[in-house]
Amino acid sequence: MPFQSNVPPGELSDKWKQYRSSMPLVAPNNKRRLEVIIVGTGLAGGAAAATFGELGYNVKVFTFHDSPRRAHSIAAQGGINAAKNYQNDGDSVYRLFYDTIKGGDYRSREANVHRLAEVSVNIIDQAVAQGVPFARDYGGLLANRSFGGVQVSRTFYARGQTGQQLLLGAYQSLSRQISLGNVQLFNRHEMVDLVMEDGKARGIIARNLLTGETERHAAHAVVLGTGGYGNVFYLSTNAMNSNGSAAWRAVKQGAYMANPCFTQIHPTCIPVSGEYQSKLTLMSESLRNDGRVWVPRKQDDAAAIREGKRTGLDIAEGDRDYYLERRYPAFGNLVPRDVASRAAKTACDEGLGVSPTGLAVYLDFDAAIERYGKSRAHSLNEYSADDMRIRELGVAVIAEKYGNLFEMYEKITGEDPYVMPMKIYPAVHYTMGGLWVDYNLQTNIPGLFAIGEANFSDHGANRLGASALMQGLADGYFVLPYTIGTFLSQEIRNPMVDPEGPAFKDAEAKAQARIEKIMSINGTKSAETFHRELGKIMWEYCGMARNAEGLQKGRRMIRELRDEFWSSVYVPGRIKEYNPELEKALRVADFLELGELMMLDALDRNESCGGHFREEYQSEEGEALRRDDEYAYVSAWEWDDNDPILHKEELIFENVELKTRSYK
Amino acid sequence: MENMKLKLKVWRQGGKYTKPQFVTYDLDGVSDHMSFLEMLDVLNEKLINLKEDPIAFEHDCREGICGTCSLVINGYPHGPMQQTTACQLHMRHFRDGETITIEPWRSRAFPIVKDLVVNRDAFDRIIQAGGYISVDTGQAQDGNAIAIEKDQASHAFDAATCIGCGACVAACPNASAMLFTAAKVSHLAQIPQGKVEADSRVQRMIAQHDAEGFGKCSNITACEAECPKAISVEHIARLNRQYIASSLGSEKVVS
Repeated sequence: MPFQSNVPPGELSDKWKQYRSSMPLVAPNNKRRLEVIIVGTGLAGGAAAATFGELGYNVKVFTFHDSPRRAHSIAAQGGINAAKNYQNDGDSVYRLFYDTIKGGDYRSREANVHRLAEVSVNIIDQAVAQGVPFARDYGGLLANRSFGGVQVSRTFYARGQTGQQLLLGAYQSLSRQISLGNVQLFNRHEMVDLVMEDGKARGIIARNLLTGETERHAAHAVVLGTGGYGNVFYLSTNAMNSNGSAAWRAVKQGAYMANPCFTQIHPTCIPVSGEYQSKLTLMSESLRNDGRVWVPRKQDDAAAIREGKRTGLDIAEGDRDYYLERRYPAFGNLVPRDVASRAAKTACDEGLGVSPTGLAVYLDFDAAIERYGKSRAHSLNEYSADDMRIRELGVAVIAEKYGNLFEMYEKITGEDPYVMPMKIYPAVHYTMGGLWVDYNLQTNIPGLFAIGEANFSDHGANRLGASALMQGLADGYFVLPYTIGTFLSQEIRNPMVDPEGPAFKDAEAKAQARIEKIMSINGTKSAETFHRELGKIMWEYCGMARNAEGLQKGRRMIRELRDEFWSSVYVPGRIKEYNPELEKALRVADFLELGELMMLDALDRNESCGGHFREEYQSEEGEALRRDDEYAYVSAWEWDDNDPILHKEELIFENVELKTRSYK
Repeated sequence: MENMKLKLKVWRQGGKYTKPQFVTYDLDGVSDHMSFLEMLDVLNEKLINLKEDPIAFEHDCREGICGTCSLVINGYPHGPMQQTTACQLHMRHFRDGETITIEPWRSRAFPIVKDLVVNRDAFDRIIQAGGYISVDTGQAQDGNAIAIEKDQASHAFDAATCIGCGACVAACPNASAMLFTAAKVSHLAQIPQGKVEADSRVQRMIAQHDAEGFGKCSNITACEAECPKAISVEHIARLNRQYIASSLGSEKVVS
């Protein structure tokens, strides 16, 4: 199978422009004769489906949700980056490109990232035209804020609901194409296999989740916009139904999985409160602008807090360790996500955690409340305001800035964060890894494309805040609608693909057999139980810190768990009915294989970079030690049930000098 | 509190329950830190271990934004807490020993799939009827070409926060979806880009709303009280003005 990046020649800044002007096109009369299947209706899939419909292709779009609007893109809070330079603060396409390459710890492809930065500006224009109500300044023009790891204000936002508003924009455009008959929507349909014919992706087998019937759907090309696989950890900030199955089905057909071990663990999430916990909730990165992270200096104090004998308020200023400010004076509380997460783990490993589980640190707004309070008192001419009045004024300022987040925190924990410092702990949030794609966003299977979080392409080993929305929409609106032409222009002589052909019947029979097999085990443990156990193994051995011994052990444990799953899982209900437990079991079965591959990938990568921290490879101060001489490659794995095969795509840096990231 | 005991009266429909009915379950060992849906997870895990049919309920993000969860709890859509989706509701708001009644959304336009799961495709069809701005990818001018007054943009945003859950329909004695429809009409009508199609949009969306079998709005405003995003009935007033104005114009707006 082809395995070339297909990056076009030329100067970095001209590549996309030149390529776009010279790539093969499909004439309008031929577009009407070509069919495209898109799986997933989040920012990437929804945007692509709408745009393909506008271009005149015959589009079928699939989502397992009841409505395209429910995709997990909807939950993104902070914002979307774009190199508009509306703030006149020195931003440019090159700077966004550079920040993204550096933030990703030099493990992404230069040409893809530069293209992303180029089209970022078009996304904002498009979203505004769709009616997305971005935040605006008093003059009525678009407002910006800044995010971690950068020194300009390039983040566009819609309060704390940027993902929701952008997704609704894409959903509305998609709805328009559905109403025009250009796109056919299959909601409550889950892809259960990819169909291959003559070495090309030619369609999918989908399960109608209302009836349980399988269906054969054919097309000239298949696009996966199916999101990330963070739920392999069971507990993550992903939605409950987010899963890796569509991508994994493709891997089982020969698609390569790239950098699967690159996982983003977000530092500010609400900690786990008990065994029943089903998911974790993110507290926006923006809180670290004003919150100070600390743990007690003494283990005795921490133990007393864990036992409920004392609270954070009882710890004197001198007995607190503001460890991010201490360790990283230059960036302080605003170090990138991977660095902040690891530091929290280190503190808790030393017995300084502050929740009953021992896995939490404080995020304290006291200093900010006092600072803002004094400033507000000054501007109100209340020069003799007492401490209580200053606090009251300061709390009001914090409420203006972060009120909705503080409310959400209180709803979940039952504690008032204006009084008690917030407790936070890192949680799995995003997967940088994904299906390997070339510059055209095509996988190594001809005719199979992957977009958004489902591919690996742009974020290297660590994604910067507000870049996920940018990448999903860039792929869906402005990249794939062009690059898919390189494949589809070769397909214009081919008639409609026949879903009655032997490849489709065979694939459907296999998918049905797999479903029947899982139902027939009739064991004793629920799919949820296996999922939870898998998550614990992943978190323990392939989480924030990894080492060779643990990864080997973790891999063995997953193997054992997988064997146990296939002999003792119990799935209630029947196949041909609405059966959420069956959906879950099929997804967990795939996670059990994907999790093993993640362990293997982490084991192969004998270096620390971005979100991947191998304990054997750290500096004396405990910082990540990258090894560019040996590991400046994308790992692309070909699945094999015994020994997955590693293919390497060397990363060539022609424009950026590789440096050690330092935040000290 | 770590060991609450509860009595749950749950609507079961479909599967082995050929006759729809309330089924009562006793559940103990409930922690007050659990979310309402985690409490149902615990119950389902017990049912599965007993090889009984788990209760079907829909959920996804569990952080109050996707709009998937759809439970009527003790008679209130999304439960007794205001501005809170069922997934954000926590057990500390219930008493030890309490009986909790759990039902699905009730509306002819939302047919029941199973137990507590309903089919809300009608909402998608209302949006498809006109809840968008007709702009193709690539046609947009610069994002700052049209200034929008800050408060105006903010009002549009207030309407745009609708999560499409359907609590407004479940709350309404007429099972009207007017708050849902109005939220989109009002969001788009308040920004310059959406004004071009405003008249035809309101006509088409109302026609679809009625065709789906939702009831008429009679200004009861229970929808606003139960809306987890506190969307105001002011948006219904704006929809009404737009609807009447576009109905009385000299030019026919819907072809």
